[in-house]
Amino acid sequence: MRIVAFGYLGLLLVLPLGLVGLRTFEHGVSPVLHALSQPNAVHALQVTVVIAVIAVIGNTVFGVGVAVLIVRHTFPGKRLFSALVDLPLAVSPVVTGLALILVYGPTTSLGAWLGRHGVHVIFALPGMVLATIFVSLPLVVREIVPVLEEIGTDQEQAAWTLGASARQAFSRVTLPAIRWALAYGVVLTLARGLGEYGAVAVVSGRLVGKTQTANLFVEERFQNFDQPSAYAMAFVLASIAVTVLLAINLLRPADEA
Amino acid sequence: MAISVRHLSKRFGTFAALDDVSVEIPTGQLTALLGPSGGGKSTLLRIIAGLEAPDSGQVEIGGLDATSLPPQRRNVGFVFQHYAAFKHMSVRKNVAFGLEIRKRPKAEVQRRVDELLELVHLEQFGDRLPAQLSGGQRQRMALARALAVEPNVLLLDEPFGALDAQVRKELRVWLRRLHDEVHVTTVFVTHDQEEAMEVADEIVVINHGRVEQVGTPDELYDQPASAFVMGFLGPVTKLGGRMVRPHDLELTDQPAPGAQAATVLRVTRLGFEVRVDVKVGDEEVWVQLTRGEAAKLSLKPGDSVFVMDAGKEIAG
Repeated sequence: MRIVAFGYLGLLLVLPLGLVGLRTFEHGVSPVLHALSQPNAVHALQVTVVIAVIAVIGNTVFGVGVAVLIVRHTFPGKRLFSALVDLPLAVSPVVTGLALILVYGPTTSLGAWLGRHGVHVIFALPGMVLATIFVSLPLVVREIVPVLEEIGTDQEQAAWTLGASARQAFSRVTLPAIRWALAYGVVLTLARGLGEYGAVAVVSGRLVGKTQTANLFVEERFQNFDQPSAYAMAFVLASIAVTVLLAINLLRPADEA
Repeated sequence: MAISVRHLSKRFGTFAALDDVSVEIPTGQLTALLGPSGGGKSTLLRIIAGLEAPDSGQVEIGGLDATSLPPQRRNVGFVFQHYAAFKHMSVRKNVAFGLEIRKRPKAEVQRRVDELLELVHLEQFGDRLPAQLSGGQRQRMALARALAVEPNVLLLDEPFGALDAQVRKELRVWLRRLHDEVHVTTVFVTHDQEEAMEVADEIVVINHGRVEQVGTPDELYDQPASAFVMGFLGPVTKLGGRMVRPHDLELTDQPAPGAQAATVLRVTRLGFEVRVDVKVGDEEVWVQLTRGEAAKLSLKPGDSVFVMDAGKEIAG
């Protein structure tokens, strides 16, 4: 059983990622640095990081709020609401992108109205942020919900009887109790944000040096037979993802879920 | 401070947890809310604390109407069955929580926490996390935390319910002594009649969302107001259709005035006491004897005996 599991992960995950690493450095380090220092590469990485960070901030605030709402409150339509939160996991990112164009595209009334006020959503950064937020929406929520359910309300109520306001109880008691789940959700959101391709590709317009993210850069370079650049950027993206995931797993105490 | 509860009702859906409950809890005493699970006693405690809102009725604490006050402003100490320890804080931090929320000066907090840890015998455990304590220690920590803010009333919801039998007995003796030292008005919920009898000055028996009886342990045991209270507070058997305590029945081998003829069915030894099942007419009755009494009669199944109710004079 263990061999099967390791073999499965090895063939699907470790081997391909390892080969990306090998391919990247087959001619040493300097071509990699050269490829990554092109203005378009630097810009693409910047775009990706900005989008991922905004998506993380948005979904952290939203995720904690929604998780508390789902676990601690009852309201009509709660089950439907909870199911809706999971929707982005089920919908194809390309469909998400198309749906955003239908709402905010330059030819729609909302898009046109925003355009007249100088806000361009589609083929611009706001649309790419929206797409990334959408696809990573459930990650923080789903990490926190089971932990909130497990800790129950006793600790919060104890804090109230000791004089703590709802906000104090949340920041001093609830938040520390869910901190690792929250951190894990943030890391997953960050990883997803750095890695999102489909939805962002649709709404970005793929304007090199403008709305090109690191992932789009990889694809575009690959199509243009610039494999060294494609592999170099792919390696950077994979390294960031692996590093944050490893870091969170090493930092998290073994006895905390 | 005294607690006064008037005409409290609370429903959960169609289930009436409390049905027009009124009760006066005197100041400075240790009062038990006793009753079977689902009888409404925890709901009553949580309403007093402000953790649950009543559908109707009034709660007064120390003469002030507290019905619409949030829990933060009632100045009650609450101890939960499962400790509700703040898991990420040390024992000291747990105890200091209420004082820090009240922004008391650091030195005062330090001193007060030291006092309380001494009071609950956890001086050596101040820097530990709750996970590193036993259940009994955790509950003592929770008590210290609740007492830290000098509450007007201390409310305990099945405080020993999650502990094993031995620790439970130790802790309830300890709670009684603690109360004799601290004297804060204390209300605790329990479904264990022995616990209530041993610890409480006064017992409020609650069943089906209503108060069955209020009184001292002796009053309740000797003058139960209903069959339910009688049955809940101690063992009962029936003789001549009347409920009696098995230890109030006497067995003799000679006829005596008021005694009825009976046949021994079974003799069971339970530690220092002996349970004798006898048949009186069509009724099966059980009698509780001491080992000495049983030995004197040297009973065995099939023996003819006479049974009489010696508790009548006391109870009547």
